[in-house]
Amino acid sequence: MAEMVVNAVGRQVPTEVNGKPQTPFLGVGKFEPTGRKAAPPIPALHQFGLDKRVPTLRDALEKVGLKSGMTIGMHHHMRNGDRMAVPLFDTIAAMGLRDIVFAPSALFPCHEPLIKHLDSGVIHHIEGSLNGPLGVYCSEGKMRGKGVLRSHGGRYQAIQDGELKIDLGFIPAPSADMMGNATGAYGPSACGSLGFALADSQYADKVIVVTDHLVEIPCMPWEIQGMSVDAVVVVEKIGDPEKIVSGTTQITKSPTRILIAEYIADFIEAAGYLGTPFQAGAGGIALASVKFIADRMRAKGLRAAFARGGSTKYLVDMLNEGLIGAILDGQTFDLDGVKSIGSHPRHVPTTPYTSYNYHGKGNWATYVSTAVLGATEVDVKFQANVVTHSDGYLLHGIGGWQNTLFGDCSILAFPLFRGRIPIVMDEVTTVCAPGEMIDVVVTERGIAINPLRQDLLERVKGKGLPLTTIEELHDIARKLCGKPEPPRIDRSQPVAVVKWVDGTVIDTIYRVDYGPKA
Amino acid sequence: MSDQAFAGREEKSDAKVTLTKGGPAKNEIVVRSSVQRLYGPQIARCVERTLQTLKVSGVKAEVDDKGSLEWVLMARIEAAAKRLFPDLAGEALPERAAPFAPTVRLRLRRSRLYLPGSNPDLMQNAGLFKPDGVILDLEDSVAPSEKDTARILVRNALCAVDFFGTERMVRINQLPAGLQDLPALVPQGVNVVLIPKVEEPAQITQVAEALQQISTRHGRHDPIWLMPILESARGCWNAYEIAAASDTVCALAFGAEDFTRDIQAERTLEGHESFVARSLVVLGARGAGVQPIDTVFSDVENMDALRASTKEALALGFEGKGCIHPRQIPVIHDAFRPSDDEIRYALRVQAAMDEAQRSGSGVISLGTKMIDPPVVARAKRTLRLAEEMGIDVQALV
Repeated sequence: MAEMVVNAVGRQVPTEVNGKPQTPFLGVGKFEPTGRKAAPPIPALHQFGLDKRVPTLRDALEKVGLKSGMTIGMHHHMRNGDRMAVPLFDTIAAMGLRDIVFAPSALFPCHEPLIKHLDSGVIHHIEGSLNGPLGVYCSEGKMRGKGVLRSHGGRYQAIQDGELKIDLGFIPAPSADMMGNATGAYGPSACGSLGFALADSQYADKVIVVTDHLVEIPCMPWEIQGMSVDAVVVVEKIGDPEKIVSGTTQITKSPTRILIAEYIADFIEAAGYLGTPFQAGAGGIALASVKFIADRMRAKGLRAAFARGGSTKYLVDMLNEGLIGAILDGQTFDLDGVKSIGSHPRHVPTTPYTSYNYHGKGNWATYVSTAVLGATEVDVKFQANVVTHSDGYLLHGIGGWQNTLFGDCSILAFPLFRGRIPIVMDEVTTVCAPGEMIDVVVTERGIAINPLRQDLLERVKGKGLPLTTIEELHDIARKLCGKPEPPRIDRSQPVAVVKWVDGTVIDTIYRVDYGPKA
Repeated sequence: MSDQAFAGREEKSDAKVTLTKGGPAKNEIVVRSSVQRLYGPQIARCVERTLQTLKVSGVKAEVDDKGSLEWVLMARIEAAAKRLFPDLAGEALPERAAPFAPTVRLRLRRSRLYLPGSNPDLMQNAGLFKPDGVILDLEDSVAPSEKDTARILVRNALCAVDFFGTERMVRINQLPAGLQDLPALVPQGVNVVLIPKVEEPAQITQVAEALQQISTRHGRHDPIWLMPILESARGCWNAYEIAAASDTVCALAFGAEDFTRDIQAERTLEGHESFVARSLVVLGARGAGVQPIDTVFSDVENMDALRASTKEALALGFEGKGCIHPRQIPVIHDAFRPSDDEIRYALRVQAAMDEAQRSGSGVISLGTKMIDPPVVARAKRTLRLAEEMGIDVQALV
């Protein structure tokens, strides 16, 4: 086992992961990167024709020279409708290759069949996000390598900085031409933005585009540029449309969640943020809050320069009504979003480079005033967790969560307890963000403002908000639910690490130990 | 006679507890829970403690839990135990959540939120939505086979749930069965008892006396108000007598669904069939100096119709409306809110009144117009309502 050191949030972290040296988290803005960005090998035009099509996936993998031990990157815009990751690894298994490192930007329940390739040794380990059944697999210590969890921005940063070298960028694309120009805006498996594939297309040694909708050259708009692509494969189906985007996003019907969303809108109005750029989440509470914020902006005749999202019908309606000046779209959640991104000039796809990258000269998530986010746990020091549950199981990826905390005011919103499980704890199981990054916690039983943000407190007090403290929320949850058992984890067996946005290690996830029939 | 009994449901925020006779002397406890890893041991301890309090031993207890809080789990254990041992008399009460606050006879009763007495999921957060009253219902929303379990669940809710100052109401079963609901509930703090399908004033005195006896037995002196629900031709015809039957009656409520069935008419959106009855309820209540409260509005999707129906109720003289979903509450409150113009006018009348008093004039006038006493009374009422509703009237000037 690698040597463990204590980092700036007091957590034990390994100094080496999967054979690579690691820097412990030093504090927000404390790590100064040096050196130059990574770069793929230099290609030459005479090696490529205009038509890069090959008949099968296997032909493509052979053409780019995939070998055992290499790393494959893939975007997650197909979400739970993805039909390419599993066939990809079935093919790799049939080719007799092993020990592949898989580095997708996120995984979904549809990826459970990858477990057999982890068991058989085709996949060595997964970096990026581990959720659902794959998270359970990792938590129970079954994965050979250590999981490395990164935010969307952190994935871009790691690839750009050369920490995570992608040998093969694998890009399912809803529409593409023979050269490899590709877009997600239309086609039978349309998904909207393709931004998560940017890092793979720019930095991977080799790039394969797979599509089920070959279009006449040139494919426009070319979100993925053919000049980066080695091979194009046309398959019958890359995804299940109904699982890629929802028909129309529905606002939550839960009275408690609606109440929390109203409190968020109350807070945003009281703090003077109404009419300033915001991050629009697509979770139940965040989505409802967007609707209430729109109502209030309309009533007061206010307009925001832009919103970042997660686009949905509600954001599209705001754009069309003139309540926001632009949508900077990281991923598109419903059909209204897909239609709008394909037609409205001020609804544009963004990438983790433009939105989230911490090792850049700016990013849009930092320039919003408010972001409404969820969490699995937050503690009395305002530290927050989004990856593990209180029983120690790793069940979620970080997504853009860490990256969107950099706006002026980050708001964590959730019901104080879910099915008896309290959210406000003495100490989070896993630290995904230090307390200084969380500004406000909104629950149905009150709003707690981080004492570090006295300025916010001054702005909202005396305006009728249900203000409380994080300690008070903790005590209410404890009284209603009782004290939960501590997680049964084996601290001698790390199974994954959580990276901060700058590539340093903020916490370690350990093997859970609930006996054979947990 | 069976060797096994269960209570509760394997649903969100609830638990199904199955007890079987003939276990070892020490109770055997099996827990299967959605929160097993975090709360499994606590659930087992709760079962053990509750059975001990009830003096039940030698049973096998199986819990199929989906995140029930302890007051729910305890209610399910007690209900199962009482089904298994019908002579069991003890109670296993959860920890008290908040001190009980008595209410006055006449107060804001614009909205009352009905909560089925058999569903714990809706109870815990009900007070957060700030209705004027929450009704824990033992009558029509509870299946006949679940009356026993609901009574225990509602009793525990009265004890363990913080309703955040919302008036605590219980709708008991139709008399005379409803009298059996009272002994368990009253000691846990009830502000208003709703009595369904009342037809005769004698029924009111019967409940009032029963409540008096129970209160005395438990040394409680807080008033318990009665809200008879009139939902038959006979009940509406006797509205005044019923309202005047006891000085603990605070309001008369109208029940449209049963009423239309009773008069053998169809319930319509326009409600012509219940117009006279609703007016009788208003007249009976006002005649006796209590509040007339309108029926429940049960279409939770149609907010425009709810607003219209509430405005109509207001126009007929009603002061309140029943609802079944939290999102109906702000719509009802808004409909009963005096308009800004009404408040401004009331403020001007008030100022004229003050002026008349200062100058010692017997005549109150606004500009060149003399103001009659009913107008003054109405202005006073508008300002009192505005104050109760927390409206900042000075901001409107």
